[in-house]
Amino acid sequence: MSGGAKLQVRVAEVVEVNELIKRFRFVARDGSELPAFSGGAHTVVEMDDQGTRRLNPYSLMSDPEDRSGYEISVRRDEAGRGGSLFMHRHVAPGMEMVLSNPVNLFALDNRAKKHLMIAGGIGITPFLAQIAQLTHFGGKFELHYSARSKPLGAYMDRLTAAHPDRVHCYFDELGQQIDLKRVLANQPIGTHLYVCGPKGMIAWVLSTAESLGWPKQALHSEEFLAPGTGLPFQVELAASGKTITVGPTQSLLEAMEASGVDAPYLCRGGACGQCETNVHKCDGTILHRDHWLTPEEQASNQKIMPCVSRFEGKTLVIDR
Amino acid sequence: MSLDFKTGAFNDFFRDETFRGDFTYRNSNPRRFPFPFDRDDYMYSVNMEPHVPGRPGSVFEHIFDVDEHYVAEMKDRAKVLADDPLRCQSLPHMTLAGWDTLELVMEAKARDYPQWFSLTKDGNRWHWINRPLGIEQSFTFLDESTLPYGPFEYIMRQTQGDWTLQDERDGTLWMDAGIATSQADWSVDFDVGMNFHEWHAPVPLAHEKGVFDRALKFLLKLQHGAPVRRFNWTMTVNPLLDTAPETYPKWGPMKATLTPENLGQKQHLRVELQTLYRLPRSNAIAFDIRCYLASFDEIVTVPKWARRLHRVIRDLPEELATYKGFLRNRPAMVEWLAKHDDGAPTSPGWWPDD
Repeated sequence: MSGGAKLQVRVAEVVEVNELIKRFRFVARDGSELPAFSGGAHTVVEMDDQGTRRLNPYSLMSDPEDRSGYEISVRRDEAGRGGSLFMHRHVAPGMEMVLSNPVNLFALDNRAKKHLMIAGGIGITPFLAQIAQLTHFGGKFELHYSARSKPLGAYMDRLTAAHPDRVHCYFDELGQQIDLKRVLANQPIGTHLYVCGPKGMIAWVLSTAESLGWPKQALHSEEFLAPGTGLPFQVELAASGKTITVGPTQSLLEAMEASGVDAPYLCRGGACGQCETNVHKCDGTILHRDHWLTPEEQASNQKIMPCVSRFEGKTLVIDR
Repeated sequence: MSLDFKTGAFNDFFRDETFRGDFTYRNSNPRRFPFPFDRDDYMYSVNMEPHVPGRPGSVFEHIFDVDEHYVAEMKDRAKVLADDPLRCQSLPHMTLAGWDTLELVMEAKARDYPQWFSLTKDGNRWHWINRPLGIEQSFTFLDESTLPYGPFEYIMRQTQGDWTLQDERDGTLWMDAGIATSQADWSVDFDVGMNFHEWHAPVPLAHEKGVFDRALKFLLKLQHGAPVRRFNWTMTVNPLLDTAPETYPKWGPMKATLTPENLGQKQHLRVELQTLYRLPRSNAIAFDIRCYLASFDEIVTVPKWARRLHRVIRDLPEELATYKGFLRNRPAMVEWLAKHDDGAPTSPGWWPDD
């Protein structure tokens, strides 16, 4: 089965955190404990949106040692493909859903002398689980968290109450911004840096750290890509002997699944590499949108990541 | 610190036997042996498959196979560790992975062998009973001070197989904890702290075939709840569990004691059932290398295995016979095995025909 081991869960609670964010709690349908996980892990939530199968990755934000349930927070994206809207509009307590087992692409380096965390907006969620885990095992951390406004700063109250000297908050509407160079300059040797938030923020934090001489091995980031929309395109699946059309709001991976092809996947966000597929023939342009392939591999047009990437042109034949 | 075994319970099942000195190790039922060759020739491959419970009565019936050799193997491990404590090591950042491993083993054994093992939990207060070894322990999960050893060593003294715990960083795996007392000539003390490509560097031929690049890519995607397994194998003269580089002067010369008369009894096929688990809290990967030994006399009681073992050993590339340490004895082994191969075709797969 593609996507690995699954968890059969029921929605236990839905909480409106603010005008954009809802929190969902899942428990095992049979009442058993869910697996413990590592801070930074995500789960892929399977949704049945009136016949359309949607699978979106969300960071687990609950305490990893709390095996009675998992919690995620979902930010409503009006312009997205519909996954977050489905979660916000249709998911209610009592509903049965399927989650993937936790997968971690944003793990803490347990050797670090200190963990420096930088979060933007909904990017706070993996840090909530990491901070819970570090609190159990006595790891040192410092969090810098920026949000558009006070009402949109989800979980800030809870964080500052529990860790008053370790959590620093910033609000865009008040013109506040983290003094990144100073923060980076003040860290003890052996500190690891973790950043999760909007694309521009990740790029800014990583490039600033690199320019200050931080070792690459000490820099960690996570950004899930939404598959994105585009023009419809045709793809020939060589191994299955099928030709399929990918719709404007559908990913290539979703189109393959809809045609009955069991393709491998894990994160469905261009990060893990599981769905990497060889390209047999490409007469046109592959619109690479993943974090997985190297720039050289992307330029060669010999591989594609069907979970996020699209195609424009005449013919695309892939090995699936 | 101590972990006193009070064995004796279930003596009708667990064999009282030795892997040294008088070598009284035997398989009561050779057909249970995990014969590793599914065809008449052999070459390295990644050959991974899901580690799911399999055929009842076989070594695949449960996630962890507790067989008739369990108690004797644990006694042998305790002797090796007493002589050389560096056979078990865990770097400081791997303690959490050690707890993950302890949980994995205790939960599986209590579930699959309730007659021998029991685990009860009251929050983080755990109570563990290991009846074959006569151990009863109350402890606090995730609190090292409540066990006589660190969590990794504690559970490893009660678990068959050598294990390594691999931390995932920088796009590769780092062997940052391990125990080896039944290994095919490799050393935890030497390898600890190495990354995936470093510790596999000595293996011939496989690099050229890109086996390790593909294996690493596969392992980095290993998911919790979906363990995988593969086989490896080598040859050992006498049923020695501990064939470590550190003690080569003790066991190496035994290779020169084979004669046509004693070969069937002394020469053992050594199979490693290797299983890999993604650990939940640490995101590390646990690698279990479980050793099974069967003498040539035992193997040839299954006609299909007799034919196939002859053909595999006869046709194996010289580099592999050298690496696996039996080049000098290969002609004698092939001559002995040829007498048990009538040339008949063999069926696919490793199971006996009948």
